[in-house]
Amino acid sequence: MIGSESTQPLLEVENLKVTFSTRRGLVEAVRGVSLSLQPGEMLGLVGESGSGKSVTGFAITHLLDRAGHITEGLIRFKGQDITRAGGADLRSLHGAAMAMIFQNPRAALNPIRTVGQQIADAILAHRRLSRAEAQAEALSLLKAVQIRDPERRMGAYPHELSGGMCQRVMIAVAISCNPSLLIADEPTTGLDVTTQKVVMDLLARIAADRGMATILITHDLGLAARYCARVVVMEQGRLVEEAEPLTLFHRPQHPYTRRLVAASPTATSRIEDLVPDGERIPLVAVTELPPPHGTPLLLDVKAVSKRFDDGTVGVADFSMTMRGGESVGLVGESGSGKSTTSRMICRLIDASAGEILFDGQSIGQIPARDFHRSELRRDIQIVFQDPNDSLNPRYTAFDCIAHPLLRLMNMRSGDKLRQRVEECADRVGLPRELLSRFPHQLSGGQKARVGIARAIACKPRLLVLDEPTAALDVSVQAVVLQLLNKLRREDNLAFLFVSHDLNVVRMMCDRTIVLRTGVIVEQGESRALFANPQTDYTRELVDAVPHIAPAPA
Amino acid sequence: MSTIETSSTLRHTAFVLRGNPVTAIAAAGALLLALLAISAPWLTPYDPIASEVSAALQPPSAAHWFGTDQLGRDVLSRLIVASRLDLTIAVTAVAVSFALGSVVGALCGYAGGRLDNAVGRFVDVLMAFPLFVLAMAMVAALGNRVENIVIATAIINLPFYIRFARAEVNIRRNLGWVEAARACGESHVAVVLRFLLPNVLPAMAVQMSLNLGWAILNAAGLSFIGLGVKPPTPEWGIMVAEGARFISTGRWWLVAFPGLALMSAVLCFNLLGDGLRDILDPRMRT
Repeated sequence: MIGSESTQPLLEVENLKVTFSTRRGLVEAVRGVSLSLQPGEMLGLVGESGSGKSVTGFAITHLLDRAGHITEGLIRFKGQDITRAGGADLRSLHGAAMAMIFQNPRAALNPIRTVGQQIADAILAHRRLSRAEAQAEALSLLKAVQIRDPERRMGAYPHELSGGMCQRVMIAVAISCNPSLLIADEPTTGLDVTTQKVVMDLLARIAADRGMATILITHDLGLAARYCARVVVMEQGRLVEEAEPLTLFHRPQHPYTRRLVAASPTATSRIEDLVPDGERIPLVAVTELPPPHGTPLLLDVKAVSKRFDDGTVGVADFSMTMRGGESVGLVGESGSGKSTTSRMICRLIDASAGEILFDGQSIGQIPARDFHRSELRRDIQIVFQDPNDSLNPRYTAFDCIAHPLLRLMNMRSGDKLRQRVEECADRVGLPRELLSRFPHQLSGGQKARVGIARAIACKPRLLVLDEPTAALDVSVQAVVLQLLNKLRREDNLAFLFVSHDLNVVRMMCDRTIVLRTGVIVEQGESRALFANPQTDYTRELVDAVPHIAPAPA
Repeated sequence: MSTIETSSTLRHTAFVLRGNPVTAIAAAGALLLALLAISAPWLTPYDPIASEVSAALQPPSAAHWFGTDQLGRDVLSRLIVASRLDLTIAVTAVAVSFALGSVVGALCGYAGGRLDNAVGRFVDVLMAFPLFVLAMAMVAALGNRVENIVIATAIINLPFYIRFARAEVNIRRNLGWVEAARACGESHVAVVLRFLLPNVLPAMAVQMSLNLGWAILNAAGLSFIGLGVKPPTPEWGIMVAEGARFISTGRWWLVAFPGLALMSAVLCFNLLGDGLRDILDPRMRT
């Protein structure tokens, strides 16, 4: 707690315990969390998946699903015990006293009602107003959340708005009855960095203007540090540390916080620093990567474009070159065409125009539907974004890794195949006993490893990485990034690293290409590009990344 | 590997059935029905076709458990033999429409575009007819033969499989593992047939089980209105149709037993559907 408070805290949580009853018995999700919140304060609740941060939020707002129960503890709101509040108490509590903003704004809004109606609904649920008055109020709220052309947007349906706009509408709904507590559960996860910044700035300003206390639940330490005066770190249902952001970052006390801080990429961190010494993957004794100059071009993309069937242009006039063993980053926001580009290079989709040369051979001429028969298929492999949907649910981890070996290396089932798959598993640090498991029996990090093992099984020369860590917790991301870096050095692999996370790209890539709406905006040596961006767009991107100031020397 | 696989599948099946006795009962019923159909010729106490006018219209007794019909034929024997025909029609029809519908639907869902539109409109046209009337028309046009009943039943079931497979494949076609299979050297067709189809199978199995019941009803219905199998062939629909003439004179057993047989068969397959999904989906395994 900072300063000396004489005022009564808005919210007090004492020794909260939440238990879920599941098929495999009772699971304690929150194991004794205590926190307090002053009126108007913004508190960051940070933790990785499974830390219980969201459950804590849901418990406070009484939105736990039926399997979850508060088994112990006390929640006091404005001095009143609301731990077991129900019925009418709860209704007046929801919306009017505390409101919640959810992670996926599109899913949280009703798709068949206009946004104006939905905001008005929220108002009418708690206040005695006529429909017309509520509509007028809704309009002023849309203005407050800075939606352009609010009169017209009143009649818009959620699917007609962008993700960022939907989140603003959610904020408008949440603040419609002037709650004194706002709980934002990962409000900007899934939004682009620039949109994230706009939405968070807006949220922070509105909370400050209206004197609302806010709990920001997030996995992103940087984000919490940027907007919160106080950050609470949770791990496995327990609160492990509570401090001001600067203290937390520069002098983390708890070992878990230390790991988390180290794993969060910042503008200056290096791959080697992401994981504490003990667990670090030892780098192979390659002193320096072979100089990429002089070696022949591995990939030469010439003026490639992609026009989709509906006439929209995904990528226009994209050119790049890569040498063997080089690592190139491709960054941009959603809709920038980075995934389209990576899939064209990976020959999963056809380009509308342009040429792609791989090792001197024109591969752009081979239609994507026939490329599986090409000799070069095994040389260009890809690691997908979400490990949760990149493995066939009916394949065991073994089958997944064996698949390219069977198809592309003409191996047959037998000891040799088993040996080779086990080798791959060893290389990515996947315990061999997990090979017989199905994807749903593996953790996110383990699935990511299977995906990487599959991609490197045929010893490709170019590995396309499509946001390989976007769906992972930071600590898992740290390990996976180190692993990728190690594999790259061992095999002299070339990386085309597609990501929206600039800090990750800066660490992983020699060069970086910035894409916007299908056009290259800027490219150059990574460190220089991020340190000194030449275009406004890149600067905007770099500035939008929530980061922590480096520790004072 | 494969033995481990099999034993874990068995263990999982046992687990699902333990937690879900209704499925277990339905599965037992369906199994019993199948056994009955297979071994029908050895089980019947009397010749199902031989008439014995002296013993006509007898109520259930120790000699004739389910009574006899207007020609003195044993209802129980006819019932057992009929299960064979009804099940064959239903199973064949469902198998045909599943095989055709799931492949066509999966290809449409994956490819999209013109193929999808063409097939989609064809399905719409098919669905625009009352399906039973459509089946009647087909059998009437093609002739009252068992093959034609199978074809008619298969065609009216087709739209459901096409739509179902299309929707299920469509939501999966952009998932990472589908693209990964392509990067592993699979062609588009292989991706659909060897990767996507097996993944939508659990959901399709539910549909198949429900459809089996429906197909039995459909075949019996066709026979009931005289458009299906011809008498004297024992068939549940015909038995109900013939028995209906005697219901006003209190000969309830002629209708009740074939009706009960129909009802329990349909019920078994419907209840089995839900349980099947749990068994076949690897994600439900712990």
